[in-house]
Amino acid sequence: MKAEFDVRYTAGLARLNLSEAEIAKFQSQLSQVLEYVEELKGVDVSQVEPTAHANPVFNVVREDEPRDGFTPQEALANAPRQANGLFAVPKVIE
Amino acid sequence: MKNYLVTIGLEVHVQLKTRSKMFCGCPVEFGAQPNTHTCPVCLGMPGALPVMNHQALKMTALTGLMLGCTIPPVCKFDRKHYFYPDMPKNYQISQYDLPLCLGGGVPLHQLAFPKDVQKTVANPDKVIPLTRIHLEEDVAKSTHFDASSGIDFNRAGTPLMEIVSDPEISSPEEAFAYLTSLKQILIYGNVSDADMEKGQMRCDCNISLRPEGQTELGTKIEIKNMNTISGVRRALAYEIERQTACLDRGEKLLQETRRWDDASGQTSLMRVKESEADYRYFPDPDLLPVKTEAIVAEVRPFVPELPATKRARFASQYGVSAYDAGVLANDLPLASYFEKAAANARNPKNVANWILNELLSSLSNTETGIEACPISPEHLDELVNVIDEGKISGKQGKEVFAEMFATGKAPGVIIEEKGLKQESDLGAIEALCDQAIAANPKAVAEYKSGKLASINFLKGQVMKLSQGKANPAVAGEVLAKKLA
Ligand SMILES: [Zn+2]
Repeated sequence: MKAEFDVRYTAGLARLNLSEAEIAKFQSQLSQVLEYVEELKGVDVSQVEPTAHANPVFNVVREDEPRDGFTPQEALANAPRQANGLFAVPKVIE
Repeated sequence: MKNYLVTIGLEVHVQLKTRSKMFCGCPVEFGAQPNTHTCPVCLGMPGALPVMNHQALKMTALTGLMLGCTIPPVCKFDRKHYFYPDMPKNYQISQYDLPLCLGGGVPLHQLAFPKDVQKTVANPDKVIPLTRIHLEEDVAKSTHFDASSGIDFNRAGTPLMEIVSDPEISSPEEAFAYLTSLKQILIYGNVSDADMEKGQMRCDCNISLRPEGQTELGTKIEIKNMNTISGVRRALAYEIERQTACLDRGEKLLQETRRWDDASGQTSLMRVKESEADYRYFPDPDLLPVKTEAIVAEVRPFVPELPATKRARFASQYGVSAYDAGVLANDLPLASYFEKAAANARNPKNVANWILNELLSSLSNTETGIEACPISPEHLDELVNVIDEGKISGKQGKEVFAEMFATGKAPGVIIEEKGLKQESDLGAIEALCDQAIAANPKAVAEYKSGKLASINFLKGQVMKLSQGKANPAVAGEVLAKKLA
C-alpha cells in the first residue's frame, strides 16, 4: 500500500506557506519517509510494551525548591519589542 | 413548545500551591513584577530541558485520592501543539492518553447549592462523575492594548491541574454546587486556594440541549471567561434560554465558543468551531514516564477528613443539627475553630449556636475573617460554659461577647471588671423576693386571684433590686414557691 502524506494539511497546522512546487516536492519526499516507516510495521512487536523512550527509566523529578532564574533584563533581551516589562507582540484577539 | 434536556460538562483548571513551577525551579508568586520569574525552560529557549516537580505530582495524586479516582500505574506527559504568543515553545506540556487520574466523582450536598434553591433541590446528594484529572503547565498572561499585546511569563510553566467532569450535570444550579463542592475539597486537601476571582480556579463549560425523547446529544457549545461560581450559574442559565429560543424557532445551532460578559449578563460569540482542533499530540521525549505507586503511597497519609465525613461527625459527635454541621464544615477554618471551642464545652451545641449566630454576624459586620477573629476559641468556650453553668445570664453573655470581640479579653476578666456575676445564691435571691413581695401587694393579690402573668412583674422587680444580677430562672422558681 502506498502511504499518502497530506502536505497541504500538515503545512497548514505548522503555519507554513508552501508554493505548489514545494508541495509537490515534499509530497514525494515525505511519502518516501512514510513508506520506509511502513516497512517497520512488518516487525513482530506483540511481546514489546509500547514506550516513547529507549531507556526504561522512570520518575525523574526535582523537589519543589524555588531558585532564581533570569533578571527581567535578561528575560527580555531577545524580545523584538518590549513595553512596561512585557514582551510586546502584534495584537492577539481571542 | 418542546421540553429540552440540558447536558453540561465542566473543565476546571486549578492552580496548585507549589513553591516552584512545574518543569523548572522558577518561583510561583502571583502579583510579582512582570517577567521577574523566568528561565530558559519557561521561556521556551532551544535546548532547555524540563524536569517534573515532585510536589505537583503528589498534589494531583492527592486530589485523585480525595475524589475517588483510579490512579493507573503509569502516566506520561505529551506535547500539545498550537501557536499563540502565551506559549513560546509552540506546544504546551500536558497529558493526553495516560493522565494521572481516571474516573472518580465530586459529591454534591445541599449547602453547596445556591441559597435560593437549597430547600427545593430534588437530588442534593448527587455525585457528578469525573472523566479524568491531568497535570499540565499554565501559559503566560496576556494583556491587550490598543495596538499590541503584552506578555508576562511569570505564570508560564506553573503547575495546572485540569479536572474534567463527565457531561452529567443537568442544571446551572448543579454546576454551581459542583464547583462549590469541588472547591471545598481542594481547600481541605490544601492543594489550592481555588479562588475563581484570583484565577486560581478557572472553568470552561460545555452545554448542549436536546428535545425530550432524543438520545443523541445536541450541539455542544462552549462558554469561557467566567470568574465567579455565580457567574457560571448565570451564564449557563442565559445559554439555556438562548438555545431554547433558537431551537423553538427551528434554527440549527452551530458548534461554537462563546464569551460570558458578567456586566451585561449575556454570552457573545467568540468563534465558530469549523473542525476539531488537531493538536498533533505526541509523547514529550524530554520527559520520562512516571510510575505512580510510590507517589500514591507518599500522599495517602495526607488524605484529609473530607467535608461529607466532617459534616456527619459534627452531627454525631457534637449533636449539632445537620444544617449547622453543614455550615460549620463548609469553611475549613470555621470548622477547626468550632472543634477547638467545642473541645471542653459542657454543651457543644450551644458553642455552635454562638458561632453561627453572634460570632458570624460580628465577623461579617466588621469584615473580619475567622482567621483574624479577636475571640480565641478557648475564650468562646469559656463564655458559653459560664452561661451554661448559670453564672451569668444569656443577656449578660451577649454584653460580655461584644466586649470580648472588641478587646480580645478573656470572659472571666470582663465579668470581673463589669461585676456581672449572676446571683444564683438561693438565700440572697429569697431575700430579694421577700422585698419584692412586700413592696408590691397589688401584684401579689392579682397573682393569687389567678392572674398568673403578674409573677413576671414581680420577677422584673427582683431583677431590678439585684441590678440585673439575679438568675431569672431561680428568681421565678422562688417567687412561685413563696406565693403558692
Ligand atoms: Zn523557569
